[in-house]
Amino acid sequence: MLSEYAFWFLSFVAVFSAAGMIFSKNPVYSVLSLIITFFAVAGHYFLLGAQFLAAVHIIVYAGAIMVLFLYVIMMLNLNKLEEEKRSIWSKSLSVATGGILMLVLLAAVRRTDELNAIAAGEYDAAMGLTQNLGNVLYREFLMPFELASVLFLGAMVGAVYLSKKELA
Amino acid sequence: MELYHNITINHYLALSAVLFGMGVLGILFRRNAIIMFMCIELMLNAVNISLVAFSKMWNHTDAQVFVFFIMVVAAAEVAVGLAILMMLYRNTHTTDTSVLNNLKF
Repeated sequence: MLSEYAFWFLSFVAVFSAAGMIFSKNPVYSVLSLIITFFAVAGHYFLLGAQFLAAVHIIVYAGAIMVLFLYVIMMLNLNKLEEEKRSIWSKSLSVATGGILMLVLLAAVRRTDELNAIAAGEYDAAMGLTQNLGNVLYREFLMPFELASVLFLGAMVGAVYLSKKELA
Repeated sequence: MELYHNITINHYLALSAVLFGMGVLGILFRRNAIIMFMCIELMLNAVNISLVAFSKMWNHTDAQVFVFFIMVVAAAEVAVGLAILMMLYRNTHTTDTSVLNNLKF
C-alpha cells in the first residue's frame, strides 16, 4: 500500500522536475532540477528491490556527473543565459514533435497487455544486493567489465586532449 | 504482472516512456548545449528504469548489470562531451548550438 503511494509520488516528482529542467532559463536551476529527478529515479530503483543500483545511481549521477555539469557552468560563467532567438513557430513545432513521440510510446505500452498475463514468479529479495550482483558481474560479465576500463581510458585521454589550450 | 501492490510493469513502462519523451522534447526545444546534454542523460535514465522493472519482473539480475554498464558509458560520455562543450565555448564564446550552422544546406 505504502509502496503504491511511493510510486506515484516519485513518478510525479521525477516528471515535474524533468519539466523544470527543460523549461528553466537558468542552467544552474536546470542542473538542480535534474538532480531531483535522479533522486526520484533512485527511489524507484529502491522500490524495485535494486538497492545496489540505487546507491550507485546517487553516487555516480548526483555525486559525479551533475557536479561535473555544475563545474563546467561555473567555469564558463553561464549563470545568466542570453535569450534564445527562435521563432514561436519553431518552438511549438518542437513541443508538438516531442509530445507526439511520447503519445506513440504510451500507446505502444498500452498494447502490451500480455505482459500482465505472466504469473508472478518466486521473488528473490536478495537479487539486487551487492553480493549477488558482484557474483554475476565478476563471473558472467567479467570481459565487458574489463573492457569498460579500456573505455574509461579512452574517454580520459579524449577529454584531456580536447580540453587542451591549443590543439596541435 | 504486478511488481508490487497495484503497480504493474505497464506503470513503469509508461513512466519510462514519459521521461524518454521529455528528454526528446528537451533536445528539440532547447538550443543550449548543456541543457541538450542533460536531456540525453534523462533519456538514458528513462531506459534504465524500464530495465530495472523488467529485472524485477523476470526475477533476473542480468538487466541490472546492463543498467550498471549504461551508467559506465554515461560517465565516459559526460567526460568527453563536456570537454567538447568547453572547446565549443572557447571557439564561439557561446553554448548556443544555433551558431554552428556551417553544415547547414
